[in-house]
Amino acid sequence: MTLYAAIFYLLGIVILAATGLAVTRRQPVHAVLYLIVAFLGTAALFFLLGAPLLAAFVVIIYAGAIMVLILFVIMLLQRSPRDLRLLSEWGPAVLLGIIFLAVAVATVFKDPGSRIVLQAAVAQPRDFGRFLFERYWLAVEIVSILFLVALVAILHLGKRREADDDEDEVNSVRNPNAAKEGHS
Amino acid sequence: MIVPLGHVFLLAGIVFALGLFCLVAHRNLIMTLIGVEVMMNAAAIAFVAAALRWRLMEGQAFVLFILAVSAAEISLGLALVVSLYRRTGSIDPDRYDILKW
Repeated sequence: MTLYAAIFYLLGIVILAATGLAVTRRQPVHAVLYLIVAFLGTAALFFLLGAPLLAAFVVIIYAGAIMVLILFVIMLLQRSPRDLRLLSEWGPAVLLGIIFLAVAVATVFKDPGSRIVLQAAVAQPRDFGRFLFERYWLAVEIVSILFLVALVAILHLGKRREADDDEDEVNSVRNPNAAKEGHS
Repeated sequence: MIVPLGHVFLLAGIVFALGLFCLVAHRNLIMTLIGVEVMMNAAAIAFVAAALRWRLMEGQAFVLFILAVSAAEISLGLALVVSLYRRTGSIDPDRYDILKW
């Protein structure tokens, strides 16, 4: 086992343990903290697999921006349900998922291509950026339009609507139970 | 010489399954969104491994787009959660029964 392989298995254990702890926490804040560990492990894994630019992006976007965003939203919301769902609600889905995973693993390992040992190689950030903007510049522009659409949608959702409030008031005047029913 | 390709795919598959578990088992919309993030992360791991296996940079370019889409998705999802919380005072999806009849 080479040094690279040892690092890979160590990172794999860290990622699996942190993700497993994150998805079983009842408290979302704890889940987010474990998830940051998992994403840092993923970034190190990307570095090992020869994608240093993507490793930097994962640290900046996933571990930095998205997790801080989720933390802020958790702070905005006061009461959040802590309990898990009943086993009978998601048990069958998990059973099917395990079967699917077993079949997928069997298929992957039956393929002799899966036993090909990866050779270490690095895509230098400069080469990667040049490749991206020479061959896939249109996709990059489309992604920027996607961000614009998301921004507009978020502004629209986040805006307090006076019209709705007026409507609620009218409803509550006309029918005092309507407003209560909405909150029950 | 790192590891066989199948081992990286196995890691990605298990992480994806954990994300799926998080998606279906929690009664909290924020944990649901976290599950989606974990699943996208697993897909990114598989893509980077495939990019290294075939020595094509398309895989890494696709991971960049996965990052962008998941950033847009999580910000829009959180905005929806906050909007729903303002309207109903809860982030338990079982309590959104205003359309139930």
